[in-house]
Amino acid sequence: MRIRGYVHKYGDKIDTDVIIPGVYLKEHDPKQLAKHAMEGIDPDFVKRVREGDVIVAGRSFGVGSSREHAVYALRYAGIRAILAKSFSRIFYRNCINTGLIIPIEIGDDVYRSLETGDLVELYVEEGRLRVESKGLELKIGPPSRIVIEIIRRGGLLNIDPEELKRIASQ
Amino acid sequence: MGMTLAEKILASKSGRRSVSPGEIVVASVDRIMIHDVSGVGVFKVIESYRARKGIDSLKLAMASKTWVAEDHFVPPSDRKSASNIRFLESMASKYGIERYYRYGAGENYGISHTLALEEGLVRPGDLYIGGDSHTNTAGVFGALAVGMGHTDVAYALMHGVTWLRVPETIKIHLEGSFKPSVMAKDLILRILGDIGSGGADYRVMEFRGPALKGMNIDERATLTNMTTEASAKSGIMEPDDLVLSYLEEKTGSRPRPIASDPDAWYVDEHQYRLEEIEPMVAKPSSPDNVSPVSEVEGVEVDRVYVGSCIGAKLTDLRAVARILKGRRVKVRTEILPASHRIYRQALKEGLIDIFTESGALIGPPTCGACFGGHMGVVADGETVVSTTNRNYPGRMGSKEARVYLASPLTAAASAVTGRITDPGELM
Repeated sequence: MRIRGYVHKYGDKIDTDVIIPGVYLKEHDPKQLAKHAMEGIDPDFVKRVREGDVIVAGRSFGVGSSREHAVYALRYAGIRAILAKSFSRIFYRNCINTGLIIPIEIGDDVYRSLETGDLVELYVEEGRLRVESKGLELKIGPPSRIVIEIIRRGGLLNIDPEELKRIASQ
Repeated sequence: MGMTLAEKILASKSGRRSVSPGEIVVASVDRIMIHDVSGVGVFKVIESYRARKGIDSLKLAMASKTWVAEDHFVPPSDRKSASNIRFLESMASKYGIERYYRYGAGENYGISHTLALEEGLVRPGDLYIGGDSHTNTAGVFGALAVGMGHTDVAYALMHGVTWLRVPETIKIHLEGSFKPSVMAKDLILRILGDIGSGGADYRVMEFRGPALKGMNIDERATLTNMTTEASAKSGIMEPDDLVLSYLEEKTGSRPRPIASDPDAWYVDEHQYRLEEIEPMVAKPSSPDNVSPVSEVEGVEVDRVYVGSCIGAKLTDLRAVARILKGRRVKVRTEILPASHRIYRQALKEGLIDIFTESGALIGPPTCGACFGGHMGVVADGETVVSTTNRNYPGRMGSKEARVYLASPLTAAASAVTGRITDPGELM
């Protein structure tokens, strides 16, 4: 999998209440949710973001609620990958199981090297990130086998339980 | 080497003699919960899967092990919420999910996590997954209780299995007993301050020690509930005689006990003496931004909110009544019992009289303003003391509001004085 897009950078503890505030949870249409993505912290985000873009963040990205709305909102706004120092586990699972967003854990050094507006190219399986705007090449991830496999297959629902067991035991 | 409770449950559910932290397992699921936010999402996922694959009739493997609670946008705040409830009802009926707690129609209804405890819907040793992050609460019964999103829950509903990374376990050892002005909420806030909001990422928090004996199920559930705010996969406790007898009374059969092995490995250990815990608050705008009440005493308050799965259990309402009895609230105060059963019991005990005489507003059992949905959403510039579990920016409404999370005792004392107040001063 290869992703090419612009970076949107944030700090620690970007919680699900700022990604998509609770009042929108009654909404289940991803395109409507996308209009409010990151509304709680960055109201201009939806104006700037383009298809295939990448979020770079600090610790505990997605902490808080189990709302899958958060993943739908970000994906339908354009985000295809999130590079964070750590993820909150339900959000992390939701990215993977929907097959919509590729979550990758990064170290401090990678976090420091990236800025909002950088154009990056991400080679997921190879664990390679090219920062085109800076002529830089960084090592990241790669995510574990099961994570890559579920996303590559377009989400958990496309894998039956027997196959899931095989993937998990590899 | 022995296994912790969480490891034992995952070993048993994945058909293995033992598992170790870090391994990925595919485990069978015992119980599932969905509500009027996640349930709508889950059925949309299932319906679109069915349409995509061209399946006419889809049987859900876990239909008889799943229950539905209407708790977030009830009573409906607008037409969209109302039609979501109708959709949820029609889907539950279509897929044969019979255990359905309708608001306003039945012996009990209210917040899903409260129903799990009150109705004895989860058993020790269960792998229980719920479409809500505070599913962790049910770990109070010795189940591995894990919150998940729509797609995850849909998969488990269809196939009866889920995939999990075996988590490391953190041991929280508790000794002693609380001072009269201190509750389990103060302890879990203190723990959150110590380990931070990412302090239990991908891990389980297991509460142990002699102090648990001195806490009832409500108070213990306050601890497991807010493990979510440390990002824990779950919170868990060994079921003792109190829990086993409680479940026997609720369900007619006594569950088999389950315990961690004496030589189990823990990734980290924290110890607390309960006498040393002071009344605590989480200051704006994160549950781990904690300080003792003494450091923020006197901060002027506009509103007090008593509600949610963590802050409106019967024990919480009794604590609020202890402070409000014979006193009047100085600021707007809302009290929303977590379930219909709790509401009725509070009526019988005279708690509702105490609340109404104090001038407070009594609301229906609902998640309400805890998640900023309705029933008392907060405004720009307002300062709120709340018995709920989250105060992220915008959580209860405006991101310009200042929300302090506190125990029911501290919330009630602050309602009386209009300032953040140590409840010890009014006891």
